[in-house]
Amino acid sequence: MAATDPMLGGADFRTRLQNWLPKIVLAPSFAVMVIFVYGFIAFTVYLSFTGSRMLPSFDLVGFQNYERLFRIREWDTAVTNLAIFASLYIIICTIIGLMLAILLDQKIRGEGLLRPIFLYPMALSFIVTGTAWKWFLDPAIGIENTMHLWGWASFEFNWIKDREMAIYTIVIAAVWQSSGFVMAMFLAGLRGIDNEILKAAQMDGASTFQMYRRIILPQLRPAFLSAFVILSHLAIKSYDLVIALTGGGPGNATALPATFMYSYTFTRNQMGIGASSAVIMLMTIAAIMVPYLYAELREKK
Amino acid sequence: MKKLSTGAAVLALSTTAITSAAQAQDVEVLHWWTSGGEAAALNVLREDLAGGGIGWTDMPVAGGGGSDAMTVLRARVTAGDPPTAVQMLGFSIQDWAAEGALADLNALAEEQNWNEVVPEALQRFSTYEGNWVAAPVNVHSTNWVWANTALMEELGIEQPGTWEDFVAAMQTAADAGYTALAHGGQAWQDATIFDSMVMGVGGPEFYQAAMVELDPDALGGSQMVEAFERMATLRGFVDDNFSGRDWNLASAMVINGEALFQIMGDWAKGEFVNAGLTAGEEFQCFRVPGTEGTVTFNSDQFAMFNVADEGDQASQVAMASAVMSPEFQIAFNVVKGSAPARTDIDASAFDACGQAAMADLAAAGEAGTLFGSMAHGHANPPSVQNAMYDVITAHFNGEYDAETAAAEMVTAVELAQ
Repeated sequence: MAATDPMLGGADFRTRLQNWLPKIVLAPSFAVMVIFVYGFIAFTVYLSFTGSRMLPSFDLVGFQNYERLFRIREWDTAVTNLAIFASLYIIICTIIGLMLAILLDQKIRGEGLLRPIFLYPMALSFIVTGTAWKWFLDPAIGIENTMHLWGWASFEFNWIKDREMAIYTIVIAAVWQSSGFVMAMFLAGLRGIDNEILKAAQMDGASTFQMYRRIILPQLRPAFLSAFVILSHLAIKSYDLVIALTGGGPGNATALPATFMYSYTFTRNQMGIGASSAVIMLMTIAAIMVPYLYAELREKK
Repeated sequence: MKKLSTGAAVLALSTTAITSAAQAQDVEVLHWWTSGGEAAALNVLREDLAGGGIGWTDMPVAGGGGSDAMTVLRARVTAGDPPTAVQMLGFSIQDWAAEGALADLNALAEEQNWNEVVPEALQRFSTYEGNWVAAPVNVHSTNWVWANTALMEELGIEQPGTWEDFVAAMQTAADAGYTALAHGGQAWQDATIFDSMVMGVGGPEFYQAAMVELDPDALGGSQMVEAFERMATLRGFVDDNFSGRDWNLASAMVINGEALFQIMGDWAKGEFVNAGLTAGEEFQCFRVPGTEGTVTFNSDQFAMFNVADEGDQASQVAMASAVMSPEFQIAFNVVKGSAPARTDIDASAFDACGQAAMADLAAAGEAGTLFGSMAHGHANPPSVQNAMYDVITAHFNGEYDAETAAAEMVTAVELAQ
C-alpha cells in the first residue's frame, strides 16, 4: 500500500504537487501574517519596556512606562470612557438589533426594503458617521437649532458640548451605525431555527412570548456571542468616530484608549507609553476573545 | 527606484566629469502649507529656485499643526529616504537634530551672517549644538488680540491697556448682548490664550521659570493659580457653543461683528485681510493686556535633512539661501501675516499690524523678552507641551478649579519628562 501514499517517492509528480499546492500557496500569506501581525505585536510589547521617545529605541527601562501610564489622568479618563461607551454600545446595539430582527421576522410586507435600510449605516465608515452626527448634534446648526426654527424654543440638546454628556453622543452615533448589522446577524439566526420545533410548541399551546423566551432566544446563543465579540472589539478600537465627532473634546472628555495611544505614540514623542497603552488594550481584547475561542473550540470536539 | 537612478546618474557624472561642480538636484519639500494664501506664498520660493535651475517636488501633507506631516516624515526617515527639506516647528527640529538626521548649514550661515540678523531666541531652534540645521521662514507672535473696530466704537470701548480694562471692555460687550471673546474650544487654542495669561500674571521671569525651565514651584505656585483664574474669567466671556470650533470660525465671528475680541496668533490676520478688512482701520491688533513689551512666538523653519548625494546637498544650500533672502522673507510674510525671521528687513511693504509686529519683535529681541510659545511647541518638548494642554483644556472646560489645575500641572509635567 505504500506506493499509493502521495508523500512517498512512489507517487507521481502530479499527485505530490496537488498535495503540496495548498501549503505552497498558503505559505507566503502565513509568513506575512506571522511577521506583520504577531511580529509587530511582539515588537510593540518590547517597545513598551523601552525608553522610546520619538523613534523606537532599545534601552530597556522595565515597567516604568506602565507605572507612568497608570498615573496619567487622561488614561483614567480614557478607560472610564471606554467602560461607559463599550457597555452602553454593546447592550443598546444588542437590544435594538434583536428587536428589529424579531419585528422583521413577523413576515411583514416590505421586508426586502426595510432590511437594507437598517443595514446600510454599516456601509458608511465611522468617519462619515461621526461627521454627520457632529452636525446633527451641534446646537447651533443641528437638531436643537431646527427645533428652535420650528418654534419649540425651549428645546435643548447640547450634549456634544457638555463635558459630562459628550461620551453619550458617541454612543448614539455608534449605535446608529452598528445596530442594523447586529439585526442582520440575529435575523440570520432566527431564520436558522427549525420551523418544526415552533409548530410543535404552538400545538402544545405555547404563547408567542413563551416561544421567544423558552425556544427562540436560547437557540440564538451563537448569534449573541458573535454580536458580543464583534461589538466589543469595535468598541475597544474606536478611534475615527471620536476624532470625527468630538475630536476627543470638550477638553479631554471623550478620550478613549485608542485616541490616547495615537496621541502618545505619534504626536507627543512618548512612544514607550503609547506602546504600553496598546499592550493594555490588546490584553483587554484577549481577555474577551480567549474565553470565547476556548468555548467555541471545545464545542467542536 | 528613483533614488537608485539618481544615485547612478551622479555616479556616472562624477566619473565622467570629475572637475565639474556637483549638479544641483530637485528639492523634495515636505510641508503642510496647503491653504490658498500659504500655497501662493510658497510659490514665490518655488519660482525663485526654478530660476536657479532647481526643480521642486512638492510633498504636501494637509493637516494644520503638522502632526500628520510629522508621521509621514517619521516613516520616510526610518526607511532611510528623507525628503530634502521639511517644514518644521520648534522642538521637533531639536529632536531630529539629536537623532543626527539633519544637515549642517554652517558654511552658508557664516557667509550670509545669519548669526547677526536672526534673533537669538530663534537661533535656539535653528541651531543644534552651535550648528545651523534649519532656515527660519517667519516669526508668528501669539499674544495678539484681534478686535472689531466698528463694534468697539459702537460700544464706546477704548483699546484696553490693562487686564482690568480688558475685562471691563468684555463685560460691556457681554452686557450689550455680544459675544465678548470669540474662541474655539480646541486644546491648542486654549493653550494659546493660556500663554498670554501666564505672561500677563508673572511677566518674563515667571514665564521662563514655569514654561521653559519647568520649575515645579513656579508650575504649582500662586501665580499659576492666578493665571488659571484669569482663564476662568475668559471662559465666562466665551459663548456656549465654543467647543471644537476652528480658529478661523472664531475669527469670522469678530469679522462679522458678532464678537468683540479674539486672542490668537497673527495667522488670524489673514482671515481679516481676506474678508476685505484693513489693518488698523476696520480691525485692530494689540498685545494681550499685561503682555506688552513681550512677544511669545512660534517660527516655521525649513529643516534640511542629511542627504548623501552631493547634488542634493547643493540644492539644500541653494534653497536655504533663497529662504533667507530678504525678497522671499518679505513676499512670504506679507501673505502669511507673520513677521520676517530677520530683523534687518524694510517694513514698508507690511500693513499696520505687520509693522507693529516687526517693531515689537525687534524690541523684544533686544530686551530679551522674546519667548517661545508653549502652545506652539517653542517653550518645551512635545511631550511636556501636550501634558500641559491636557491640564489647561480640562480646566477651561470646567473639570478642575484653579488650585487643582496648578497642582495637576506639576504632576503632568513630571510624568511627561
